[in-house]
Amino acid sequence: MKKARVSYKGNVYEAIVEGDQLLLESGQTVHESKVTWLPPLETGTIFALGLNFADHASELAFNAPKEPLVFLKGPNTLIGHHGETPRPTDVTHMHYECELAVVIGRQGKNITKDEAYDYVAGYTIANDYAFRDYLENYYRPNFRVKNRDNCTPIGPWIMDKDDVSDPMNLALRTYVNGTLEQEGSTKDMIFSVPYLIEYLSSFMTLNEGDVILTGTPKGPTKVNVGDEVVTEIEGIGRLANTIIEEQPAPIS
Amino acid sequence: MKKAKVQLSGVPQAKEMTIDPAKGTLSDGDGSLRLDFPLSGNVYGTAMNYKGNLDQFGRSLHEAPYQKPPEAPVLYMKPRNTFTGPETAIRIPEGETEVEVGAALAIVFGRTASKVHEKNALDFVSGYTIVNDISLPHDSIHRPAIKEKAQDGFCAAGPWIVNADEVVNPDDLGIRIYINGALRQEHSTSELVRPVGKLIADVSSFMTLHKGDTLLVGLPPGAPRVQSGDEVRIQIDEIGALTNHFVSERSYVKEGNR
Repeated sequence: MKKARVSYKGNVYEAIVEGDQLLLESGQTVHESKVTWLPPLETGTIFALGLNFADHASELAFNAPKEPLVFLKGPNTLIGHHGETPRPTDVTHMHYECELAVVIGRQGKNITKDEAYDYVAGYTIANDYAFRDYLENYYRPNFRVKNRDNCTPIGPWIMDKDDVSDPMNLALRTYVNGTLEQEGSTKDMIFSVPYLIEYLSSFMTLNEGDVILTGTPKGPTKVNVGDEVVTEIEGIGRLANTIIEEQPAPIS
Repeated sequence: MKKAKVQLSGVPQAKEMTIDPAKGTLSDGDGSLRLDFPLSGNVYGTAMNYKGNLDQFGRSLHEAPYQKPPEAPVLYMKPRNTFTGPETAIRIPEGETEVEVGAALAIVFGRTASKVHEKNALDFVSGYTIVNDISLPHDSIHRPAIKEKAQDGFCAAGPWIVNADEVVNPDDLGIRIYINGALRQEHSTSELVRPVGKLIADVSSFMTLHKGDTLLVGLPPGAPRVQSGDEVRIQIDEIGALTNHFVSERSYVKEGNR
């Protein structure tokens, strides 16, 4: 089952997606063209992984990490399907990053790898844009690179765990203006979904609604204002996003 | 006496009450009231924002892995599993003998702040509180310190949020840490690299701080370390004092968090 959150005629609804129709929790059925897609859940803690694919790490001239490189993101970063992500006028290296996002379904601490999937509610798609011009070597990747408003499209929906047969064997693809630019597989993750759940829960409690963005494979390239970027994960769906020019600060 | 938002235990809405920051008392409380974690939004922390932090790193800021001193504010998050209120027990994780306690002035936003100008920045602040930002000791700040800073209970806040207009100058507040009653650290927000207004302007230039979010101004250099059995009181001028005590993981599990 695909679960979405949308706004429709001035209200916010949870919805079940079937084809191009959405069954709203109010009982109405509406066509997808009539709704605005929101991030598919109200998130708790948002974890993200850096350098979690060996090919992407070597592409950036890093050795694969021995321990997961985890960073946190605020909910200001999230934007739903068909949303717009601002590109600051002074950057040249804005990169998309197609990532499997794991949604935690119940609270747990000291979860073992073997039982990790019991704590998963489902999966969605994230595009964790990076603005590499702003990289600094303090708590890297630093917030100016990874915590900008609307810089992390997520959705369109959460696919129930039971509808994803093997999350560790899913093709990841990114298309820019219709052209395939990035392709990889979740099977090439350095730290697998069960490993990450065991690792994080070994020192902190995971809660329902927490989300783990599991990293991106080789192939991020530069994108520009006006580009339509579609990140796709086999068996989950396609997440579309358009890049717009960031508005400068108002004159005060 | 100052007006503050107080989150009484068991009461859903924060109450505006009169408090005495020096004595740590509530005007209409009988001393038996329990207070809860007063914050509702996201908690962002700032590293390297005391001049002494930069001095401590010294030459190494120009060497690998840092290469050059930081330009943008150095930020991190305290996620929701870290939140705990005043007077609670905070556990030292199994396998660790001590933790660092960081004394932070916390800015609470009353209006959503995006790309704000330094000269208007304080208009977005609803009040100030105290955070004890706890970490496992770590020397390197090259990579995000999630394991070091995001353990359960590692962000104590309170005892209340003093209304912004009751604080004369947030850039001139004394901050002291007492461990088991003895003064162990003393600094002032006059030592900030980016004073409160400048910090809000620079952070909000690239990310929105929403109504209810909190931004910690930084941790003074040389955060003291504590062990199980220690009681820590952080006192900030005009705000009050936040007290917590530290226990071993084992006794925390046995006794529960009272």
